[in-house]
This record gives sequence, structure tokens and C-alpha cells, in this order.
Amino acid sequence: MSSWPSDAFRFALVGNPNCGKTALFNTLTGKRQKVANYPGVTVESKRGRLTTPSGRKMVAVDLPGTYSLRGRSPDEAVTRRAITGEMADEPMPDLIVCVVDATNLRLSLRLALELKATGVPVMIALNMIDIAKARGITIDVEGLARELDLDVIPTIAVEKSGTEALVTAIDHVAQSAHPRSTPHWHEQSAEEVRAAHQFVNELVNRHVQTPVHSDRWTRRIDNVLLHPVWGILVLLLVLFFIFQAVFSWSQPAMDAIKYGFDSLGDTVKTTLPEGMLSSLLADGIIAGVGSVIVFLPQILVLFFFIILLEDFGYMARAAFLMDRIIGGVGLHGRSFIPLLSSFACAIPGIMATRVIDNRRQRLATIMVAPLMTCSARIPVYTLIIGAFVPETNIFGIINLQGLVMFGLYAVGIVSAFLVAWVFRVFVWNGKSEPFIMELPSYKRPSLQSVAMNVLQRAFVFLRRAGTTILSMMVLIWFLASVPGAPEGATDPAINYSFAGMIGHFLQPVLAPIGFNWQIAVALIPGMAAREVAVGALATVYALGSDEGALSTVISAHWSLATALSLLAWYVFAPQCASTLSVVKRETNSWTWPVAMFVYLIGLAYAAAFLVHGVTEAFAS
Amino acid sequence: MAESDDLRDDSSFPLGAVSKGFRGRIVEVGRLADADATDPDAFSEELERRLLEIGFVEGAVVEILHEGFWGRDPIAIRVDDMSVALRRREANAVWVRADASSSVSR
Repeated sequence: MSSWPSDAFRFALVGNPNCGKTALFNTLTGKRQKVANYPGVTVESKRGRLTTPSGRKMVAVDLPGTYSLRGRSPDEAVTRRAITGEMADEPMPDLIVCVVDATNLRLSLRLALELKATGVPVMIALNMIDIAKARGITIDVEGLARELDLDVIPTIAVEKSGTEALVTAIDHVAQSAHPRSTPHWHEQSAEEVRAAHQFVNELVNRHVQTPVHSDRWTRRIDNVLLHPVWGILVLLLVLFFIFQAVFSWSQPAMDAIKYGFDSLGDTVKTTLPEGMLSSLLADGIIAGVGSVIVFLPQILVLFFFIILLEDFGYMARAAFLMDRIIGGVGLHGRSFIPLLSSFACAIPGIMATRVIDNRRQRLATIMVAPLMTCSARIPVYTLIIGAFVPETNIFGIINLQGLVMFGLYAVGIVSAFLVAWVFRVFVWNGKSEPFIMELPSYKRPSLQSVAMNVLQRAFVFLRRAGTTILSMMVLIWFLASVPGAPEGATDPAINYSFAGMIGHFLQPVLAPIGFNWQIAVALIPGMAAREVAVGALATVYALGSDEGALSTVISAHWSLATALSLLAWYVFAPQCASTLSVVKRETNSWTWPVAMFVYLIGLAYAAAFLVHGVTEAFAS
Repeated sequence: MAESDDLRDDSSFPLGAVSKGFRGRIVEVGRLADADATDPDAFSEELERRLLEIGFVEGAVVEILHEGFWGRDPIAIRVDDMSVALRRREANAVWVRADASSSVSR
């Protein structure tokens, strides 16, 4: 944003959730956006730039959707504080554009009145006017504008031409901008909210004609999608399809990325003289970042579906259907999708918790997301199960290896529920948050807006990979490679490194759970991403990258108790530096990633200890 | 809101207690059903304002559109021009009366 004058005209978009505010913001500012977190809260701020036809440069701010300016938590108060200029790094806007859903005027207009009362200039963007017309809703725009004493500009957010009038109107305000008064706001009492409703009701009755059944389609679709039986069947089908897509569509791209990073690493190794620099580039930076970037295709596919379904209006329905099940442990119906995403990778899952507007439920969801079995655990599970679990069938039909795999997934899910419940009871003293959620009418998603949001997410992920994750990878490489092996050493070089020392140092601590020093050493580079531990084990056993050989070696070297203990460890252990760094970003504090690390390590150790002890008792 | 003046007669009941297909009008928001009076989480002025802010206001026309599969909870409610999902416990703070005029059109 450096090229924009700091005193540029600023306007803030404010509106109810689902009013098309973000689509309007995307159309107005195009790709010139900047996403950042506000200090001290978990809500992100979106700023964008635009130039009006008259050449005026402006800054647009997309504020979190809300039904009122009253916010109970710092997260919910962001919109109000940004408007009244109480937010650090966020100058007070010169104008508020209140985005009003033309198909659902009452709530939006009540918010518009509250905004107007702050004294900041307000303009109304009467959005989705096309949908309102199609539904037979007639709105007397001049009448509304006159009685509200505000400019009311009809807009169609998803079309560039639908926002031209709004830009012109904003430009007009900017031209005649006069010194602003200090904004003022007071918390409305229940009676004031009632009075505002009554005023808006009368206003709507005078100026808006709505046919009796204005939204037949939403009702019809909901008769299936919210049906107690069909609705759940459709939800399962949707989930099945998304999972198929995430795992199969992204596979070619993941293979290509893996191949790309592998050959890049090889090229570096062959061109550069052997030594620290070559190792840092190839084994540290390229391999490390590659092991995280390889999940980008899955993340893109997943986010494509999440954002598409969100814009269509289905996500609120999925939350409705699942609320009873996951609400009991203190999560929100909307926690469902983020948790589901975490089966692919916890990173998009944690990023997807933004749809949960309640801070506590959002934090609880973030904290349990890593317990979902992500795809990076699959190589580890496959290796150990393949080496230790016989390929026999129970009752002739159930494959024992498959059963163990299923069990590992199930343990993850059950623990997530238990942890969420413990969180609710002990961290938040049993308070359960109310579940009050609008079921927006279904809308045809704008592919442009969906694509833009997906790319934004991808960019955020890559920026993580490029900054925090990269530095983590370099650190992990450093630990695993420095100091190098002495002359005439017989063991693999990693044994002499800091990782080796840490592994050997930790080994007595890990002995009660049955880990030998090879495992202890492999866990250190395994912090980069869980599947890296497989390669690290091969390195420690000096095997190169032949995984078939690794399976043979570990089945000869490890006891069954050790193998099962490592499986139990991997269900819980926070063996993923990237997840922790994303939690840091999303919660905007060190408290949560540290708490997550501590509780997951604790659970992992306890589970591994238990499994090891029980297996030894039975095996002997 | 003339209707809301003669509230609290015997024909009103909490929204959390009604079944799918019910149509009626809100007569009062914020009164607690007797069964929940001892539950400290069930009601607060906070809940009252949140319900008001999302459109549960005296005089609004409501209809129960859908019920969840497990324990018929939560419920999807048509409130004037919009649909809102609520758990029955929260819905108990909204008092409704079956509406003769809107029942006819069913």
C-alpha cells in the first residue's frame, strides 16, 4: 500500500454477514488487496485500493460482517472500533458504505441506523438488487433514501457494471468531504433495539412490497437439504465427493510438485560442490519447503469447495445438520467443516475456522484440529502397519491392517471430542455459547469471487511457507546436519549432528515409551512435516530412500510394543512446525500454539506409554 | 406492535416447545420458560439482545421450517423475511402464539 497517499480517502464496508459485502469488496478493488490481522484479535483486516473514473485514489476496508455494533469479545468489537477510530493501524474511515441485502432489508436497515447514529457519514449500497427484482420485491429507493436521510445506491456486487454508480457516489462524497465530527456510540439496550426494529418495520412496510412467497427456491432446496434423513444423506455425499476430489484430483499436481522439488534438489547437489551450502540448499530449504508446498494442491481443492459451498449458502446448512453432534462438546455447528478439512491437512482446517464468529468456539476448534488424521500421517501409519500388523482377515472379511488404520482415525476423532469437552468444562467453566445462525438464501456463487478468495488463501499459505516455515526448515536442517560427521565415521552423519545429540539426550526420556535412539533422532527432522520422519528413519538406519528396505529393518529391530507406541505417539504428537506457525498467525498470539504443543506432547507421551506398557504385558 | 400489549395469556408458549409446521407470531422475547429458570446459561439480557438483533422481535411472523435429526434439535425458523437456526434452549426465550390468520394460508 506504500504507493497510496496516507491521507487517501478511506471508506469502510459494513454489513450483515451474507449481504454480499466481500463480493462487493472484491469487485471494487480487484486484486489490489492486502490481508492482515488486526493486532490482538483473531479477525483479519482486508484493505484494498481503487481509483475512481475521475482519478481519485481511495482505500476500501472490508470489516467483519455483523448484525450490530455491540460486540462482546475483542473479535466482535472490531467493526465498531474500526469505525470509531479506536483501532491501532486503522485510521477512522471518511465514509461508511453500509451494504444492505435488498432481499432481507429489515436487519440491514437496523444496522444502517446504528451506523448513522455514530455521526460518521453513511451511504447505503442496496446490494443484490437483481435478485430482489427477480423475486418480485419492489423497493421505492427514493422513498427509503428520503426517510433515512441517506444516499441509497442500488448495486449488483458480482458485476463490475453493478458497482459503477456506487463508485461515482463515493467519489462525489470524497469531493465534498468536510471536517468530520468525533464519532460517538453507545450500547443499545434491548428496548432501543426494539424501537429501531419498529421504525424499520414501518419504513419497510411503506416502501417495499414483497410477494408472499418471495424465495420459493430456498424453501424447496431446504426441504431436501435440511431434511432429517435426506439432508444428512446429501451431506455425506457432498463430503464423500470433496474427499475424493481432494485426494485424487490433487494427486497428479502433488506428484509433479514432489518431482519438481526432488529434481531441483538433485540439480543443486550435482552442480554445487559437496558441502554445507549444497546441503543447506538441497536438504534444508528445497526438501523442507517442498515437503510443505506439496500439500498446496490439496489445500487449493479443499478451499475451492469450502468457499464455493459457503458462497452458495450450503455451509450454514451443514452446520445446522451437524450442530447437535458436535455442539454437545462445546463446538459450533460451523466447526464441522474446518475439522473435516483437517483430515487433509490441519493448516487449511485452521484457516477455515474463520467462519466461526464465536471466539471461544473458534479457538476450541483450532486446538482440536491437529487431532484429525491428516494426510501427512498416512505414510508413517502405512510404514508401521505394513511392517508389524499381519495382513490377516478377521471373521474372513475385515482386513486387520485396515482395521488398525481405521482405529487410528477413530482415536483421533474421539480424542478431539474429549479435548473440546475438557476445554469447555475446565478452560471456559462450562459456559456453552448459544447457537444463533442465519440460514442465508441460496445464491449462485460468482466464480470470479470464489477464485479470488481461493487464490488469497493459497497466497497466505505460500507466504507462510516462504517465511515462518522456511526459517523452521532451515533450523531443522541445521540441527540435523551440524556438526558434520568426523573423519572415518561409520554411522550416518545425522548421529553426530545436534539432532543426533538431542535424540540421544531425549532417548532416556523416551525409553519408557519404547523409543530407541534411532526413533528419537528421526523425530527431530520429523518436526518439519510428519511424513518427513519416514525419510529421516531411513537416513538414521543408513538406508537411503528405499522404503521397502526400511520396513524390513524396523520389523527386525523394533518390538511390537515399540511400533504400536510410535503409532499412538503419531495420533497426538504435534510433529508439524507449520501447523504451530499457522496457529500463531490465526490466533495472533504465542499462547495458543504453545498450549497446543504442550497438551499434544502430553497426550502423545501418555498414549504411547499406555500402549507400550499394555502391549508388553500382553506380548510377554 | 399492538398485539404485544396483551401478552402472557394462556395461549402463548415458548418457541423451543413447538414442532415443525408451526406458524405464529412472536408475543414476547426474553422471558424464560419455567423449566429453564434454574439454568444460569439459558437466559441473559445478552441472549435477549442477540435474539432481537437477528430479528426475533415482538410481532414478527415465525414458522418452524425444519428440525434436526437428533432430538429434533436445532430448529430452522422463518422469521419474517429470513431463516435462522436456533437451538431449542435458546428458542425457549422467545414466546409465540399460533396465528389464526397465517394458519389459514397454510
